[in-house]
Amino acid sequence: MLCQSCEKKQANTHIKTILNGELKEYDLCSECAKKLGYGSVFGGFGFDLDKLFGSFMDGIAAPKTKKRCQCCGSSFEDIAKSGKVGCAECYDTFYEELLPSVQRIHGRTSHMGKLAHSAGTEVKLKNEIAKCRAELEQAIKAQEFERAAELRDKIIELEKNSAANADKNGKE
Amino acid sequence: MSVNKYSDLKNVNDVVISTRIRFARNLREFPFPCRLSDENKRKVSSIVKEAVLDGHSAIAHRFRYIQMSELTQEEAVSLVERHLVSPEFISDRQGRGLLLLDDESVSIMINEEDHVRIQVIGSGMKLDELYDLADKIDTLLDEQLNFAFNEKLGYLTQCPTNIGTGMRASLMLHLPALKESGAMNKISASLSKLGLALRGLYGEGTEPSGAIYQLSNQVTLGITEKEAIKNLRDIACQLVTQERNARETLSHNINVLDSIYRSYGLLLYSRLMSNNECMKLLSNVRFGVEMGLFENIDFDTVNRLIIEIQPATLMKNIGKKLSAQERDHIRAELVRTALIQPKIPASHRIEKQSTENRE
Repeated sequence: MLCQSCEKKQANTHIKTILNGELKEYDLCSECAKKLGYGSVFGGFGFDLDKLFGSFMDGIAAPKTKKRCQCCGSSFEDIAKSGKVGCAECYDTFYEELLPSVQRIHGRTSHMGKLAHSAGTEVKLKNEIAKCRAELEQAIKAQEFERAAELRDKIIELEKNSAANADKNGKE
Repeated sequence: MSVNKYSDLKNVNDVVISTRIRFARNLREFPFPCRLSDENKRKVSSIVKEAVLDGHSAIAHRFRYIQMSELTQEEAVSLVERHLVSPEFISDRQGRGLLLLDDESVSIMINEEDHVRIQVIGSGMKLDELYDLADKIDTLLDEQLNFAFNEKLGYLTQCPTNIGTGMRASLMLHLPALKESGAMNKISASLSKLGLALRGLYGEGTEPSGAIYQLSNQVTLGITEKEAIKNLRDIACQLVTQERNARETLSHNINVLDSIYRSYGLLLYSRLMSNNECMKLLSNVRFGVEMGLFENIDFDTVNRLIIEIQPATLMKNIGKKLSAQERDHIRAELVRTALIQPKIPASHRIEKQSTENRE
Protein backbone atom coordinates (compact mmCIF):
# COMPACT_ATOMS: atom_id res chain seq x y z
CA MET A 1 0.00 0.00 0.00
CA LEU A 2 1.26 3.49 -0.87
CA CYS A 3 1.57 6.29 1.66
CA GLN A 4 -1.64 8.34 1.69
CA SER A 5 0.22 11.61 2.12
CA CYS A 6 2.96 11.58 -0.53
CA GLU A 7 1.44 8.78 -2.60
CA LYS A 8 4.96 7.75 -3.55
CA LYS A 9 6.56 5.58 -0.90
CA GLN A 10 5.43 2.32 0.65
CA ALA A 11 3.30 2.91 3.75
CA ASN A 12 4.66 1.32 6.92
CA THR A 13 3.06 3.39 9.67
CA HIS A 14 -0.56 2.98 10.65
CA ILE A 15 -2.17 5.91 12.44
CA LYS A 16 -5.51 6.09 14.20
CA THR A 17 -7.13 9.38 15.09
CA ILE A 18 -10.38 10.13 16.80
CA LEU A 19 -12.29 13.28 15.94
CA ASN A 20 -15.80 13.84 17.18
CA GLY A 21 -15.80 10.23 18.25
CA GLU A 22 -15.23 9.16 14.69
CA LEU A 23 -12.30 6.84 14.18
CA LYS A 24 -10.12 7.53 11.16
CA GLU A 25 -7.16 5.48 10.05
CA TYR A 26 -4.28 6.45 7.84
CA ASP A 27 -1.35 4.60 6.32
CA LEU A 28 1.80 6.66 5.94
CA CYS A 29 5.43 6.10 5.02
CA SER A 30 7.92 6.69 7.83
CA GLU A 31 9.08 10.01 6.40
CA CYS A 32 5.59 11.49 6.14
CA ALA A 33 4.71 10.11 9.57
CA LYS A 34 7.73 11.90 11.01
CA LYS A 35 6.85 15.08 9.18
CA LEU A 36 3.37 14.94 10.65
CA GLY A 37 4.71 14.61 14.18
CA TYR A 38 4.13 10.87 14.61
CA GLY A 39 7.82 9.98 14.54
CA SER A 40 8.79 11.42 17.89
CA VAL A 41 9.26 9.40 21.06
CA PHE A 42 6.67 11.51 22.77
CA GLY A 43 4.04 10.62 20.22
CA GLY A 44 0.34 10.96 20.72
CA PHE A 45 0.16 14.43 19.22
CA GLY A 46 -0.16 14.72 15.49
CA PHE A 47 -2.65 17.02 13.88
CA ASP A 48 -5.41 17.07 11.38
CA LEU A 49 -4.31 14.88 8.49
CA ASP A 50 -7.40 15.86 6.58
CA LYS A 51 -5.85 19.21 5.87
CA LEU A 52 -2.94 17.55 4.16
CA PHE A 53 -5.16 15.50 1.96
CA GLY A 54 -7.05 18.56 0.90
CA SER A 55 -10.24 16.98 2.08
CA PHE A 56 -11.95 20.35 2.20
CA MET A 57 -12.52 19.53 -1.46
CA ASP A 58 -14.28 16.26 -0.58
CA GLY A 59 -17.23 15.43 -2.72
CA ILE A 60 -16.68 18.37 -5.01
CA ALA A 61 -15.07 17.72 -8.35
CA ALA A 62 -12.14 20.09 -8.71
CA PRO A 63 -13.07 22.61 -11.40
CA LYS A 64 -10.64 22.45 -14.31
CA THR A 65 -8.89 25.71 -14.97
CA LYS A 66 -5.48 26.58 -16.35
CA LYS A 67 -5.33 29.87 -14.44
CA ARG A 68 -2.40 30.51 -12.16
CA CYS A 69 -2.23 33.00 -9.33
CA GLN A 70 -0.12 35.93 -10.50
CA CYS A 71 1.21 36.56 -7.04
CA CYS A 72 2.39 33.12 -5.88
CA GLY A 73 2.06 30.96 -8.99
CA SER A 74 -0.38 28.42 -7.50
CA SER A 75 -2.72 26.60 -9.85
CA PHE A 76 -6.12 25.55 -8.57
CA GLU A 77 -4.96 21.97 -8.76
CA ASP A 78 -2.13 22.80 -6.32
CA ILE A 79 -4.62 24.23 -3.88
CA ALA A 80 -7.12 21.38 -4.20
CA LYS A 81 -4.42 18.76 -3.79
CA SER A 82 -2.64 20.28 -0.79
CA GLY A 83 -5.68 21.80 0.87
CA LYS A 84 -3.62 24.95 1.23
CA VAL A 85 -4.27 28.27 -0.46
CA GLY A 86 -1.04 29.88 -1.71
CA CYS A 87 -1.55 33.55 -0.87
CA ALA A 88 -4.14 36.23 -0.20
CA GLU A 89 -4.51 36.92 -3.92
CA CYS A 90 -5.41 33.29 -4.66
CA TYR A 91 -8.74 34.01 -2.96
CA ASP A 92 -9.46 36.61 -5.68
CA THR A 93 -8.01 34.58 -8.54
CA PHE A 94 -9.85 31.38 -7.63
CA TYR A 95 -12.88 32.92 -5.89
CA GLU A 96 -15.42 31.10 -8.08
CA GLU A 97 -13.60 27.77 -7.81
CA LEU A 98 -13.19 28.00 -4.03
CA LEU A 99 -16.72 29.13 -3.28
CA PRO A 100 -18.41 25.67 -3.32
CA SER A 101 -15.88 24.35 -0.76
CA VAL A 102 -16.25 27.46 1.38
CA GLN A 103 -20.01 27.00 1.31
CA ARG A 104 -19.66 23.36 2.32
CA ILE A 105 -17.23 24.05 5.18
CA HIS A 106 -18.96 27.05 6.72
CA GLY A 107 -22.49 26.86 5.35
CA ARG A 108 -22.14 30.56 4.53
CA THR A 109 -20.12 32.62 2.10
CA SER A 110 -19.96 36.16 3.41
CA HIS A 111 -18.00 37.49 6.33
CA MET A 112 -19.58 38.91 9.45
CA GLY A 113 -17.63 40.22 12.40
CA LYS A 114 -14.44 42.14 12.92
CA LEU A 115 -13.12 44.20 10.02
CA ALA A 116 -9.47 44.71 9.31
CA HIS A 117 -7.87 48.12 9.37
CA SER A 118 -7.70 48.01 5.57
CA ALA A 119 -11.44 47.44 4.98
CA GLY A 120 -13.22 50.27 3.11
CA THR A 121 -15.59 52.78 4.77
CA GLU A 122 -18.57 51.33 2.97
CA VAL A 123 -18.02 47.83 4.35
CA LYS A 124 -17.48 49.23 7.80
CA LEU A 125 -20.79 51.11 7.59
CA LYS A 126 -22.65 48.06 6.26
CA ASN A 127 -21.24 45.96 9.05
CA GLU A 128 -22.22 48.54 11.66
CA ILE A 129 -25.77 48.60 10.27
CA ALA A 130 -26.04 44.81 10.38
CA LYS A 131 -24.83 44.85 13.97
CA CYS A 132 -27.37 47.51 14.99
CA ARG A 133 -30.18 45.57 13.29
CA ALA A 134 -29.31 42.46 15.29
CA GLU A 135 -29.24 44.53 18.50
CA LEU A 136 -32.56 46.12 17.56
CA GLU A 137 -34.17 42.71 17.21
CA GLN A 138 -32.84 41.73 20.62
CA ALA A 139 -34.10 44.97 22.17
CA ILE A 140 -37.60 44.44 20.73
CA LYS A 141 -37.67 40.86 21.99
CA ALA A 142 -36.65 42.06 25.44
CA GLN A 143 -39.28 44.82 25.19
CA GLU A 144 -36.67 47.51 25.75
CA PHE A 145 -38.44 50.04 23.58
CA GLU A 146 -36.38 53.06 24.52
CA ARG A 147 -33.20 51.27 23.45
CA ALA A 148 -34.98 50.04 20.29
CA ALA A 149 -35.90 53.62 19.33
CA GLU A 150 -32.30 54.74 19.83
CA LEU A 151 -31.06 51.93 17.64
CA ARG A 152 -33.66 52.65 14.95
CA ASP A 153 -32.47 56.28 14.75
CA LYS A 154 -28.87 55.15 14.62
CA ILE A 155 -29.63 52.77 11.74
CA ILE A 156 -31.38 55.54 9.77
CA GLU A 157 -28.37 57.79 10.31
CA LEU A 158 -25.92 55.07 9.26
CA GLU A 159 -27.96 54.27 6.15
CA LYS A 160 -27.85 57.94 5.16
CA ASN A 161 -24.08 57.93 5.53
CA SER A 162 -23.83 54.73 3.56
CA ALA A 163 -25.91 56.14 0.68
CA ALA A 164 -23.90 59.37 0.68
CA ASN A 165 -20.72 57.39 0.62
CA ALA A 166 -21.93 55.25 -2.31
CA ASP A 167 -22.92 58.40 -4.23
CA LYS A 168 -19.55 59.93 -3.65
CA ASN A 169 -17.78 56.82 -4.86
CA GLY A 170 -20.08 56.57 -7.88
CA LYS A 171 -19.26 60.11 -9.00
CA GLU A 172 -15.51 59.77 -8.59
CA MET B 1 -23.17 18.50 47.43
CA SER B 2 -26.11 20.86 47.39
CA VAL B 3 -28.52 21.20 44.51
CA ASN B 4 -27.34 24.79 44.17
CA LYS B 5 -23.90 23.75 43.16
CA TYR B 6 -25.32 21.71 40.31
CA SER B 7 -27.33 24.54 38.86
CA ASP B 8 -24.63 27.17 39.29
CA LEU B 9 -23.40 28.06 35.82
CA LYS B 10 -21.30 31.01 36.97
CA ASN B 11 -18.66 28.89 38.59
CA VAL B 12 -17.97 25.95 36.31
CA ASN B 13 -14.40 25.19 37.41
CA ASP B 14 -15.49 21.66 38.28
CA VAL B 15 -15.84 20.98 34.54
CA VAL B 16 -14.04 23.73 32.61
CA ILE B 17 -10.26 23.52 33.04
CA SER B 18 -9.17 26.32 30.73
CA THR B 19 -10.15 28.66 27.90
CA ARG B 20 -8.26 29.55 24.76
CA ILE B 21 -8.87 32.11 22.00
CA ARG B 22 -6.82 31.99 18.82
CA PHE B 23 -6.77 34.34 15.82
CA ALA B 24 -5.23 33.33 12.47
CA ARG B 25 -3.79 36.27 10.52
CA ASN B 26 -1.54 36.77 7.48
CA LEU B 27 0.50 39.61 6.06
CA ARG B 28 -0.92 40.82 2.78
CA GLU B 29 2.38 41.24 0.96
CA PHE B 30 3.73 37.72 1.46
CA PRO B 31 2.57 34.33 0.15
CA PHE B 32 1.16 32.07 2.89
CA PRO B 33 3.73 29.91 4.77
CA CYS B 34 3.24 26.87 2.46
CA ARG B 35 4.60 28.97 -0.42
CA LEU B 36 7.07 31.06 1.55
CA SER B 37 10.80 30.86 0.81
CA ASP B 38 13.25 30.61 3.72
CA GLU B 39 14.37 34.14 2.95
CA ASN B 40 10.79 35.43 3.18
CA LYS B 41 10.12 33.39 6.32
CA ARG B 42 12.96 35.28 7.98
CA LYS B 43 11.50 38.57 6.73
CA VAL B 44 8.01 37.79 8.03
CA SER B 45 9.53 36.73 11.33
CA SER B 46 11.46 39.93 11.82
CA ILE B 47 8.56 42.15 10.71
CA VAL B 48 6.14 40.52 13.16
CA LYS B 49 8.72 40.44 15.93
CA GLU B 50 9.41 44.12 15.50
CA ALA B 51 5.71 45.01 15.40
CA VAL B 52 5.12 43.24 18.71
CA LEU B 53 8.28 44.20 20.59
CA ASP B 54 8.47 47.81 19.43
CA GLY B 55 4.72 48.29 19.36
CA HIS B 56 2.72 50.83 21.35
CA SER B 57 1.01 48.22 23.46
CA ALA B 58 1.37 48.50 27.21
CA ILE B 59 2.52 44.88 27.36
CA ALA B 60 5.08 45.07 24.51
CA HIS B 61 8.07 44.96 26.88
CA ARG B 62 6.72 41.80 28.54
CA PHE B 63 7.10 39.69 25.41
CA ARG B 64 10.18 37.62 24.73
CA TYR B 65 11.12 36.24 21.32
CA ILE B 66 12.06 32.57 20.94
CA GLN B 67 13.70 31.24 17.79
CA MET B 68 12.09 27.80 17.57
CA SER B 69 15.07 26.14 15.87
CA GLU B 70 17.26 27.00 18.87
CA LEU B 71 15.20 25.04 21.40
CA THR B 72 16.00 21.51 22.52
CA GLN B 73 13.45 18.84 21.66
CA GLU B 74 12.27 18.74 25.31
CA GLU B 75 11.77 22.50 25.45
CA ALA B 76 9.82 22.45 22.18
CA VAL B 77 7.57 19.54 23.17
CA SER B 78 7.02 21.11 26.58
CA LEU B 79 5.53 24.17 24.84
CA VAL B 80 2.92 21.85 23.31
CA GLU B 81 2.27 20.11 26.61
CA ARG B 82 1.62 23.50 28.18
CA HIS B 83 -0.71 24.34 25.27
CA LEU B 84 1.35 27.39 24.30
CA VAL B 85 1.93 26.23 20.71
CA SER B 86 0.25 23.69 18.44
CA PRO B 87 1.75 20.23 17.78
CA GLU B 88 2.03 21.26 14.12
CA PHE B 89 4.22 24.21 15.09
CA ILE B 90 7.04 22.02 16.44
CA SER B 91 6.86 19.35 13.70
CA ASP B 92 9.21 21.51 11.64
CA ARG B 93 10.81 24.33 13.59
CA GLN B 94 12.88 25.94 10.80
CA GLY B 95 11.95 29.55 10.13
CA ARG B 96 9.44 29.63 12.96
CA GLY B 97 9.41 32.01 15.89
CA LEU B 98 7.40 32.44 19.04
CA LEU B 99 6.58 35.56 21.02
CA LEU B 100 5.66 34.66 24.56
CA LEU B 101 4.27 36.94 27.27
CA ASP B 102 6.11 36.70 30.60
CA ASP B 103 3.21 35.00 32.39
CA GLU B 104 2.68 32.69 29.35
CA SER B 105 -0.94 33.81 28.92
CA VAL B 106 -0.31 35.16 25.41
CA SER B 107 1.66 33.41 22.69
CA ILE B 108 2.13 34.60 19.14
CA MET B 109 3.26 31.90 16.71
CA ILE B 110 5.07 33.12 13.60
CA ASN B 111 4.99 31.08 10.36
CA GLU B 112 2.83 28.28 11.68
CA GLU B 113 0.02 27.43 9.25
CA ASP B 114 -0.49 31.18 8.97
CA HIS B 115 2.03 34.01 9.30
CA VAL B 116 0.63 35.07 12.66
CA ARG B 117 -1.35 33.09 15.20
CA ILE B 118 -2.33 35.05 18.28
CA GLN B 119 -3.31 32.85 21.19
CA VAL B 120 -4.59 33.84 24.62
CA ILE B 121 -5.05 31.21 27.31
CA GLY B 122 -6.41 31.28 30.85
CA SER B 123 -7.75 28.93 33.50
CA GLY B 124 -11.47 28.28 33.95
CA MET B 125 -14.20 29.70 31.71
CA LYS B 126 -13.03 33.17 30.60
CA LEU B 127 -14.32 33.51 27.04
CA ASP B 128 -15.20 37.23 27.07
CA GLU B 129 -12.16 38.36 29.01
CA LEU B 130 -9.70 36.45 26.81
CA TYR B 131 -11.48 37.47 23.62
CA ASP B 132 -11.15 41.14 24.57
CA LEU B 133 -7.43 40.76 25.15
CA ALA B 134 -6.87 38.85 21.88
CA ASP B 135 -8.96 41.46 20.06
CA LYS B 136 -6.85 44.32 21.47
CA ILE B 137 -3.57 42.66 20.50
CA ASP B 138 -4.95 41.92 17.03
CA THR B 139 -6.10 45.51 16.48
CA LEU B 140 -2.71 46.89 17.53
CA LEU B 141 -0.86 44.49 15.24
CA ASP B 142 -3.21 45.05 12.30
CA GLU B 143 -2.43 48.78 12.33
CA GLN B 144 1.24 47.99 11.76
CA LEU B 145 1.13 44.77 9.77
CA ASN B 146 -1.82 45.30 7.41
CA PHE B 147 -3.43 41.85 7.62
CA ALA B 148 -4.76 40.11 4.50
CA PHE B 149 -8.50 40.80 4.43
CA ASN B 150 -11.20 40.44 1.82
CA GLU B 151 -14.55 42.20 2.19
CA LYS B 152 -16.52 39.09 1.26
CA LEU B 153 -14.39 36.41 2.89
CA GLY B 154 -13.01 38.30 5.90
CA TYR B 155 -9.52 37.52 7.16
CA LEU B 156 -7.72 35.30 4.65
CA THR B 157 -5.95 32.18 5.87
CA GLN B 158 -3.89 29.40 4.34
CA CYS B 159 -6.60 26.83 5.07
CA PRO B 160 -10.12 27.80 3.97
CA THR B 161 -11.50 26.26 7.17
CA ASN B 162 -10.28 29.36 9.05
CA ILE B 163 -11.34 32.23 6.78
CA GLY B 164 -13.75 34.89 8.02
CA THR B 165 -13.06 35.74 11.63
CA GLY B 166 -10.03 33.43 11.75
CA MET B 167 -11.06 32.84 15.33
CA ARG B 168 -11.01 29.53 17.15
CA ALA B 169 -12.33 29.62 20.71
CA SER B 170 -11.89 26.49 22.73
CA LEU B 171 -12.66 25.19 26.19
CA MET B 172 -10.85 22.34 27.85
CA LEU B 173 -13.39 20.22 29.67
CA HIS B 174 -13.09 17.41 32.18
CA LEU B 175 -15.96 15.01 31.48
CA PRO B 176 -15.27 11.81 33.45
CA ALA B 177 -18.91 10.99 34.24
CA LEU B 178 -20.13 11.44 30.67
CA LYS B 179 -17.23 9.34 29.47
CA GLU B 180 -17.98 6.68 32.07
CA SER B 181 -21.63 6.61 31.05
CA GLY B 182 -20.62 5.99 27.43
CA ALA B 183 -22.41 9.07 26.13
CA MET B 184 -19.41 10.78 24.54
CA ASN B 185 -19.73 9.43 21.01
CA LYS B 186 -23.35 10.40 20.77
CA ILE B 187 -22.61 13.87 22.14
CA SER B 188 -19.69 14.47 19.73
CA ALA B 189 -21.78 13.45 16.76
CA SER B 190 -24.53 15.92 17.61
CA LEU B 191 -22.00 18.70 18.30
CA SER B 192 -20.58 18.57 14.80
CA LYS B 193 -24.05 19.36 13.50
CA LEU B 194 -23.98 22.55 15.59
CA GLY B 195 -20.71 23.74 14.08
CA LEU B 196 -18.65 22.70 17.09
CA ALA B 197 -16.01 20.01 17.50
CA LEU B 198 -15.00 17.91 20.47
CA ARG B 199 -11.42 16.69 20.40
CA GLY B 200 -8.74 15.07 22.55
CA LEU B 201 -6.38 16.77 24.99
CA TYR B 202 -3.90 18.20 22.50
CA GLY B 203 -6.40 19.19 19.85
CA GLU B 204 -6.86 18.00 16.34
CA GLY B 205 -6.44 14.30 15.79
CA THR B 206 -5.48 13.33 19.34
CA GLU B 207 -7.14 10.81 21.60
CA PRO B 208 -8.76 12.05 24.77
CA SER B 209 -6.48 11.42 27.73
CA GLY B 210 -7.77 11.42 31.29
CA ALA B 211 -11.33 12.28 30.16
CA ILE B 212 -10.11 15.72 29.07
CA TYR B 213 -11.72 17.09 25.91
CA GLN B 214 -11.46 20.25 23.87
CA LEU B 215 -14.65 21.90 22.70
CA SER B 216 -14.22 24.49 19.95
CA ASN B 217 -16.10 26.36 17.24
CA GLN B 218 -15.63 25.12 13.68
CA VAL B 219 -17.47 27.69 11.60
CA THR B 220 -15.58 30.96 11.16
CA LEU B 221 -17.33 32.52 8.16
CA GLY B 222 -20.68 34.31 8.25
CA ILE B 223 -20.79 34.43 12.03
CA THR B 224 -19.44 37.19 14.28
CA GLU B 225 -16.83 36.47 16.94
CA LYS B 226 -19.33 37.31 19.67
CA GLU B 227 -22.00 34.97 18.26
CA ALA B 228 -19.50 32.14 17.88
CA ILE B 229 -18.44 32.64 21.50
CA LYS B 230 -22.03 32.77 22.68
CA ASN B 231 -22.81 29.48 20.89
CA LEU B 232 -19.76 27.87 22.40
CA ARG B 233 -20.69 29.05 25.88
CA ASP B 234 -24.32 27.91 25.54
CA ILE B 235 -23.30 24.43 24.45
CA ALA B 236 -20.55 24.24 27.06
CA CYS B 237 -23.09 25.11 29.78
CA GLN B 238 -25.35 22.33 28.54
CA LEU B 239 -22.43 19.93 28.71
CA VAL B 240 -21.62 21.16 32.23
CA THR B 241 -25.19 20.44 33.31
CA GLN B 242 -25.18 17.00 31.67
CA GLU B 243 -21.83 16.15 33.21
CA ARG B 244 -23.04 17.25 36.66
CA ASN B 245 -26.18 15.15 36.32
CA ALA B 246 -24.11 12.15 35.30
CA ARG B 247 -21.82 12.74 38.30
CA GLU B 248 -24.81 12.90 40.62
CA THR B 249 -25.96 9.52 39.29
CA LEU B 250 -22.50 8.00 39.61
CA SER B 251 -21.85 9.44 43.07
CA HIS B 252 -23.75 6.50 44.62
CA ASN B 253 -22.07 3.90 42.45
CA ILE B 254 -19.75 1.85 44.64
CA ASN B 255 -17.60 0.79 41.66
CA VAL B 256 -16.95 4.39 40.72
CA LEU B 257 -16.22 5.42 44.31
CA ASP B 258 -13.88 2.46 44.72
CA SER B 259 -11.93 3.34 41.60
CA ILE B 260 -11.58 6.98 42.71
CA TYR B 261 -10.28 6.05 46.18
CA ARG B 262 -8.01 3.36 44.70
CA SER B 263 -6.57 5.94 42.29
CA TYR B 264 -5.89 8.28 45.20
CA GLY B 265 -4.15 5.46 47.05
CA LEU B 266 -1.97 4.62 44.08
CA LEU B 267 -1.00 8.26 43.58
CA LEU B 268 -0.10 8.56 47.27
CA TYR B 269 2.04 5.43 47.53
CA SER B 270 3.45 4.51 44.12
CA ARG B 271 7.14 4.90 43.42
CA LEU B 272 6.98 4.52 39.62
CA MET B 273 4.25 6.05 37.54
CA SER B 274 3.95 6.07 33.74
CA ASN B 275 2.43 9.09 32.01
CA ASN B 276 -0.66 7.20 30.83
CA GLU B 277 -1.38 5.68 34.19
CA CYS B 278 -0.79 8.98 35.94
CA MET B 279 -3.22 10.83 33.64
CA LYS B 280 -5.87 8.22 34.27
CA LEU B 281 -5.41 8.31 38.04
CA LEU B 282 -5.28 12.11 38.21
CA SER B 283 -8.47 12.24 36.17
CA ASN B 284 -10.13 9.92 38.70
CA VAL B 285 -8.91 11.99 41.63
CA ARG B 286 -10.11 15.19 39.98
CA PHE B 287 -13.45 13.42 39.60
CA GLY B 288 -13.32 12.79 43.35
CA VAL B 289 -12.53 16.45 44.04
CA GLU B 290 -15.47 17.41 41.82
CA MET B 291 -17.74 15.16 43.91
CA GLY B 292 -16.42 16.71 47.11
CA LEU B 293 -14.58 13.57 48.29
CA PHE B 294 -11.17 15.17 48.88
CA GLU B 295 -11.37 18.46 50.71
CA ASN B 296 -7.61 18.85 50.96
CA ILE B 297 -7.09 18.93 47.17
CA ASP B 298 -8.11 21.82 44.96
CA PHE B 299 -8.63 22.05 41.20
CA ASP B 300 -5.54 24.22 40.70
CA THR B 301 -3.29 21.51 42.13
CA VAL B 302 -4.70 18.84 39.83
CA ASN B 303 -4.68 21.15 36.77
CA ARG B 304 -1.06 22.05 37.46
CA LEU B 305 -0.06 18.40 37.90
CA ILE B 306 -1.72 17.36 34.62
CA ILE B 307 0.80 19.61 32.84
CA GLU B 308 3.84 19.05 35.08
CA ILE B 309 3.78 15.26 34.76
CA GLN B 310 4.02 15.35 30.94
CA PRO B 311 7.36 13.85 29.84
CA ALA B 312 8.99 16.85 28.15
CA THR B 313 7.81 19.38 30.74
CA LEU B 314 9.07 17.08 33.48
CA MET B 315 12.54 16.93 31.88
CA LYS B 316 12.53 20.66 31.19
CA ASN B 317 11.80 21.41 34.85
CA ILE B 318 14.46 18.98 36.07
CA GLY B 319 16.88 20.41 33.53
CA LYS B 320 18.23 17.23 31.95
CA LYS B 321 17.35 14.27 29.76
CA LEU B 322 15.92 11.34 31.68
CA SER B 323 15.26 7.70 30.85
CA ALA B 324 11.66 6.50 30.91
CA GLN B 325 12.16 4.90 34.30
CA GLU B 326 13.78 7.99 35.78
CA ARG B 327 10.81 10.00 34.53
CA ASP B 328 8.37 7.52 36.06
CA HIS B 329 10.19 7.79 39.37
CA ILE B 330 10.21 11.60 39.44
CA ARG B 331 6.60 11.70 38.25
CA ALA B 332 5.47 9.48 41.13
CA GLU B 333 7.37 11.66 43.58
CA LEU B 334 5.99 14.89 42.13
CA VAL B 335 2.40 13.73 42.42
CA ARG B 336 2.85 12.22 45.87
CA THR B 337 4.39 15.41 47.25
CA ALA B 338 1.74 17.63 45.71
CA LEU B 339 -1.15 15.54 46.99
CA ILE B 340 0.19 15.08 50.50
CA GLN B 341 1.36 18.65 50.99
CA PRO B 342 -1.86 20.40 51.99
CA LYS B 343 -2.21 18.24 55.11
CA ILE B 344 1.34 18.65 56.38
CA PRO B 345 2.48 21.72 58.30
CA ALA B 346 5.02 23.79 56.39
CA SER B 347 7.97 22.94 58.67
CA HIS B 348 7.51 19.19 58.21
CA ARG B 349 7.02 19.56 54.52
CA ILE B 350 10.50 20.87 53.82
CA GLU B 351 12.05 18.11 55.88
CA LYS B 352 9.97 15.49 54.13
CA GLN B 353 10.81 16.76 50.66
CA SER B 354 14.52 16.75 51.35
CA THR B 355 14.52 13.16 52.62
CA GLU B 356 12.55 12.09 49.57
CA ASN B 357 14.93 13.75 47.20
CA ARG B 358 17.75 11.69 48.61
CA GLU B 359 15.99 8.44 47.81
